[in-house]
Amino acid sequence: MTVLKSKIPKGPISEKWIKHKSDINLVSPANKRLIDIIVVGTGLAGASASATLAELGYNVKTFCFQDSPRRAHSIAAQGGINAAKNYQGDGDSTFRLFYDTIKGGDYRSREANVYRLAEVSTNIIDQCVAQGVPFARDYGGLLDNRSFGGVLVSRTFYAKGQTGQQLLLGAYSAMNRQIGRGQIKMFNRHEMMDLVIIDGKARGIIARNLITGKLERHGAHAVVIASGGYGNVFFLSTNAMGSNVSAAWKIHKKGAHFANPCFTQIHPTCIPVSGDHQSKLTLMSESLRNDGRIWVPKKIEDVKLIREGKLKPTDIKEENRDYYLERRYPAFGNLVPRDVASRAAKERCDEGYGVNKTGEAVFLDFSSAIIRYGKEQAHVKGLDENDKILVKKLGQDVIRSKYGNLFQMYEKIVDQNPYETPMMIYPAVHYTMGGTWVDYNLMTSIPGCYSIGEANFSDHGANRLGASALMQGLADGYFVLPYTIGDYLADDIRTGKISTDQLEFEKAEKTVQNQINLFINNKGKHSVDYYHKKLGKIMWNKCGMSRNEKGLKEAMKEIKELRSDFYKNVKVPGSADEYNEELAKAGRLADFLELGELFAKDGLERTESCGGHFREESQTTEGEAVRDDKNFTFVSVWEYKGEPSKAKLIKEKLNFEEIEVKTRSYK
Amino acid sequence: MNLILKVWRQSSRDEKGKIETYPISDISPDMSFLEMMDVLNENLISKGIDPVSFDHDCREGICGMCSMFINGEAHGPDRLVTTCQLHMRKFKDGDTIVIEPFRARAFPVIKDLIVDRSSFDRIQQAGGFVSVNTSGNTQDANAIPIDKHDADKAFDAATCIGCGACVASCKNASAMLFVSAKVSQYSLLPQGKVEATDRVLNMVNQMDEEGFGNCTNTGACEIECPKGISLENIARLNREYLAASIKD
Repeated sequence: MTVLKSKIPKGPISEKWIKHKSDINLVSPANKRLIDIIVVGTGLAGASASATLAELGYNVKTFCFQDSPRRAHSIAAQGGINAAKNYQGDGDSTFRLFYDTIKGGDYRSREANVYRLAEVSTNIIDQCVAQGVPFARDYGGLLDNRSFGGVLVSRTFYAKGQTGQQLLLGAYSAMNRQIGRGQIKMFNRHEMMDLVIIDGKARGIIARNLITGKLERHGAHAVVIASGGYGNVFFLSTNAMGSNVSAAWKIHKKGAHFANPCFTQIHPTCIPVSGDHQSKLTLMSESLRNDGRIWVPKKIEDVKLIREGKLKPTDIKEENRDYYLERRYPAFGNLVPRDVASRAAKERCDEGYGVNKTGEAVFLDFSSAIIRYGKEQAHVKGLDENDKILVKKLGQDVIRSKYGNLFQMYEKIVDQNPYETPMMIYPAVHYTMGGTWVDYNLMTSIPGCYSIGEANFSDHGANRLGASALMQGLADGYFVLPYTIGDYLADDIRTGKISTDQLEFEKAEKTVQNQINLFINNKGKHSVDYYHKKLGKIMWNKCGMSRNEKGLKEAMKEIKELRSDFYKNVKVPGSADEYNEELAKAGRLADFLELGELFAKDGLERTESCGGHFREESQTTEGEAVRDDKNFTFVSVWEYKGEPSKAKLIKEKLNFEEIEVKTRSYK
Repeated sequence: MNLILKVWRQSSRDEKGKIETYPISDISPDMSFLEMMDVLNENLISKGIDPVSFDHDCREGICGMCSMFINGEAHGPDRLVTTCQLHMRKFKDGDTIVIEPFRARAFPVIKDLIVDRSSFDRIQQAGGFVSVNTSGNTQDANAIPIDKHDADKAFDAATCIGCGACVASCKNASAMLFVSAKVSQYSLLPQGKVEATDRVLNMVNQMDEEGFGNCTNTGACEIECPKGISLENIARLNREYLAASIKD
């Protein structure tokens, strides 16, 4: 029987991390020079880890499939990053951030990890400012904050709607400094194809140069997976086109357990699907819910007229609008957590109140905020507060300064002006809370193999709060992994260089080569995207915003059938020794086709509703989620057994010592 | 819509390239340009022709990976957008669209529409950073107040996505707008001032080594920049460079 060792330090929660740091083994500066570390992925977690490990003196080799580390999809994060700085003096603290995150995650995350995250959050902001990250500031020159869903304080730091970009470029600049010094060797346009394990330890990877198609062997004393989440298993998501599960899935197949795969975040505010040609979905930041109010018409007749284009949303009177979040959740209103907001939108649309042609959209309306800000500005400037045109203009200017790039993006995609008419939005797959299982040191169940950022499972439970992904990525990369990895590497200082001539490298390379040959020689009927879209449909319909036993069972069966059809009939043009995007996509989809099945199996097993996982069998008469703490206060940890459907469930029991487990209510 | 596409095909860096013509039909005006390219590639694959290789990733206009030269303009006819955010409603039924890679000596073609922009990375590696280690002991983020106007300007410069449209649009293939954006971001912030002298000298030196052309202030870069990076930054770079050269 496999035993999970989560290695959570003993002692009071506020002292665990401090004590742990003083207890663990260190590697001396002289010995760090003898140690090689591979990092896969250059998002916030991978870039910050690479930079920090290199600063400490380790030899780092970093891989990304894009043409530059700066392209990783953290760049697209919009709204902000949380930190318990309490600059606003509104009662924030490490404990409150910890509490909000645990509650937001619906009591399915690990207390000790989350506390540590809240604890280092303040260091992140200091570090980023020191690097020259241009956060938003007020006129006094101090940092500005805004509020995000599921919390009652303003603790989110931001750089307009491009916070992810600015933070990633900060981490990228720290990497560049180390690349320039030769301390990081950067491998752009390289994809990790497999993990190499020698004597039970992670000792390197097989990578493919995407330009030449050549397979390469890279040895190291430790391998860090920072390859992000697997939202693209749904085909349509807010992830980048290239985002994939392959690195995380390859290590899973080599022995790293996979935790809570069904915990997916469906983000409430995305631009709705416009047609079958859709290749990806675009997020409209949650920060917009600070100022935007979500509504649908109260009367079904109005809905019909709007869909037919005979009535404009701005013509519907206030009393005929249903601000359903404010109605259902008066305490948090439009700023309820993402899972709650998404389900509420689905509920209205399922009842027939959706406002676009497909019936899958609700309004996000800024008119109240425009008037509110406009009046404030008019007052400040000593102008006439009753001049409607002036107030509107002043208000629009405020909104532009806060969310300008998001409004421009919306207008370019939808061809409507959101300053004049409400945005139309609908939920879309955005983030995956599930991922590789890791212990307190962020090590997977394979010794020497680590997983950080969205790729691991540990901090967000069943639902992630807004502006916490950036926090976690940078916390793991800047402040956690660089310390904890030393504990493991301290035993490796006499190992010497890892030779890639060993049999294990040869075997791994051969397996990879065989799969590539299989795709190239297959000469099937259908393109990779044909299968990816089919997988996406199954996932969205049966493992999406609400799930039931029948659907999940069907999903498992259908995905398995699709997988076997894929291997028989997929068509990959071109050859293996050139730039061949179809070939890269085929390899990634092969892994999604396995993960999808485990995803459904995990959802089937967990018969409770919690966070983003809503089981129709487990709800109140009002349609609110019902958690089952008696039977499900654990992490579902899956051990690979040859086939996704045969995966073995191991339970990591979650102990709540600091926080009383309660029903999550935002009413 | 029905369109005629004229697309640059080049099998590898050292092969000679040429324009191929592909008619395409049933294009919806709501498609993005890259979704139209997806449709083209599906058609090509089904006919047994190699799909057109192009760079793309986030498709939200922020990663900077997409890089097409469309009808003689970087990122096509629309303003303040990348190719992935360009929509087909900007074209008319029956249009002919010429699609080429970004062209510059410092951006060699890898395949079809994909170019190698690692020269940009190397410029950043020469000095595009603040030399501060991760320690957990940096001073409090609010210890140094920063004038909001400067902070906002630094932010505007920092929104450069490193796509290379400025280089592709410039008749001299100059990278001045790109370099000036980074130099400006740091020179406007107290944290960046400490290393200002070395930074600007090293980055400009690396830019020259990579084979980018000189700036003659035509302003094409600013017009084609999808993020609206201002020419003002080039003026600031020149000031910084001059000051650094005197100091040096």
